[in-house]
Amino acid sequence: MSFVQVRGVFQSYGNRPIIERINVDVAEGEFISIVGASGCGKSTFLRLLLAEETPSKGSISIDGAAPAVEPGRERGVVFQRYSVFPHLTVRENIVAGESFAAPLGRFWGARRRAALERADETLARIGLNHVAQNYPATLSGGMQQRLAIGQALTARPRILLLDEPFGALDPGTRLQMHDFLTDLRAQTGMTIFMVTHDLSEGFKLGDRVLVFDKIRWDPHDPAAYGATITYDFDARDGGIPYQLKEDTDVLETA
Amino acid sequence: MRLINRHPDRVGLVFLAAVPFVLAFIAYAVGSGMRLAINPADKLLPAPSHIARTALALFTEPDKRSGTILLWNDTLVSLRRLTLGVGISTLIALVTGLLIGLVPYIRATLSGFVAVLSMIPPLAVLPILFITFGLEELSKVVLIVIGITPVLIRDTAGRVLDIPREQIVKAETLGASSLTIALRVALPQILPRLIASVRLALGPAWLFLIAAEAIAAEAGLGYRIFLVRRYLAMDVILTYVVWITIIAFVMDRLLLTLSRRAFPWSGAGL
Ligand SMILES: Nc1ncnc2c1ncn2[C@@H]1O[C@H](COP(=O)(O)OP(=O)(O)O)[C@@H](O)[C@H]1O
Ligand SMILES: [Mg+2]
Repeated sequence: MSFVQVRGVFQSYGNRPIIERINVDVAEGEFISIVGASGCGKSTFLRLLLAEETPSKGSISIDGAAPAVEPGRERGVVFQRYSVFPHLTVRENIVAGESFAAPLGRFWGARRRAALERADETLARIGLNHVAQNYPATLSGGMQQRLAIGQALTARPRILLLDEPFGALDPGTRLQMHDFLTDLRAQTGMTIFMVTHDLSEGFKLGDRVLVFDKIRWDPHDPAAYGATITYDFDARDGGIPYQLKEDTDVLETA
Repeated sequence: MRLINRHPDRVGLVFLAAVPFVLAFIAYAVGSGMRLAINPADKLLPAPSHIARTALALFTEPDKRSGTILLWNDTLVSLRRLTLGVGISTLIALVTGLLIGLVPYIRATLSGFVAVLSMIPPLAVLPILFITFGLEELSKVVLIVIGITPVLIRDTAGRVLDIPREQIVKAETLGASSLTIALRVALPQILPRLIASVRLALGPAWLFLIAAEAIAAEAGLGYRIFLVRRYLAMDVILTYVVWITIIAFVMDRLLLTLSRRAFPWSGAGL
């Protein structure tokens, strides 16, 4: 049985369908990129994976467990913005990855000292040890996102969800972040879902690229149908679709 | 260069800030001089030198009957009422605002109620307070609490709701409980904003304090002003008004400094 199972998932807001008939199986350790037109429901799908929302129909389960009803430690997340705590220093943000699960969200005494040491190791690994005492607002966008990813991984989630994590970064920083994420992934073997609107980024980082699009279209009522997964590319050998081996102009519509 | 792009230099800043004060003083002095020239016994606009002499006496000379310096005693009594009232309001607003902002069930229960409460004109219920809590300290403190708490609660709850959803979800993915999210994510982030709201609420708090003291009290800044009004003692009244203004201004600055020192991550302190 696959690690992440998505079965017949529909999500509507009010009577407006956003995504429909989503079925995916993901193996542990796979890196899934999700691409699609703006507003087609990529973030919605991520919120469902995160269990921030429950689907109108269908179910999502991780490692055979019952579908979650709210976010928890088994799902890590990094958003495009607001993913770190502005009132905590860089170091305390990493410690929070461990201590927030403790009663009152704090460690004391020896446990706190040990967590601080581990936080310093993490900061050295993600290249932020020189700004450990700073507040996030003083960091560049790329550093903030590195911190956010480091913090999420500190909680040791089963899957990591990234919603356009590099969308607000300049191209140079973005390339550095690709290397950073590739390295972290090699070290942790984490299962990752990443939404991006940059197709080449999706293919570069992902093992698979899922394309979200509407297959049913009512010209009189564009909102009548939701989007679904139209293509599921294997991105490890040049992006050949599982379903359609020859059709390549899907890249333009995506 | 456009008007909106021209900035005064440092000397200019001090000078410009002083201008309205100086003008106001001159206007008063001229008005007072004109009236006193016509009628040397005029009590309405006493000469600045006369006010200064009165002020000196008020600040230094003990009352013959009680032996205390009345102005200092009035100040202590009023400040005690004010800080008690504002302190209690702040605590109530902090807890209630956090609960309303974070817990949907409590929000559904209380937000409409608080919105209606905040529309009650506090001075209209002052007679009820006097009847219920007596004419002593309690009714004055309660008036301040009733007057500013609903607004503070709405403000605090609004600030909690303003915290980006992403941050709350992030905390959930780190395993934080509702209590941890309240204490470690929401509380520290609303504290600087709560201080800002309290600074704004200090004006109304003074208003309610002076109103309550004017109606029934045995001491206090508001009480004194309304007492000496009977003798048209403008010099005393003006001294008290300036004194209250100075106290209110200092309180405001102290809260601002506290906010900058205690929350360096927020805004200008960075
Ligand atoms: N909570 C919500 N309530 C109603 N509509 C929503 C909600 N969240 C998103 N939508 C709508 O769902 C659609 C898909 O949004 P989203 O998943 O954010 O798209 P994407 O991430 O692919 O750009 C958008 O049209 C958006 O307006
Ligand atoms: Mg999105």
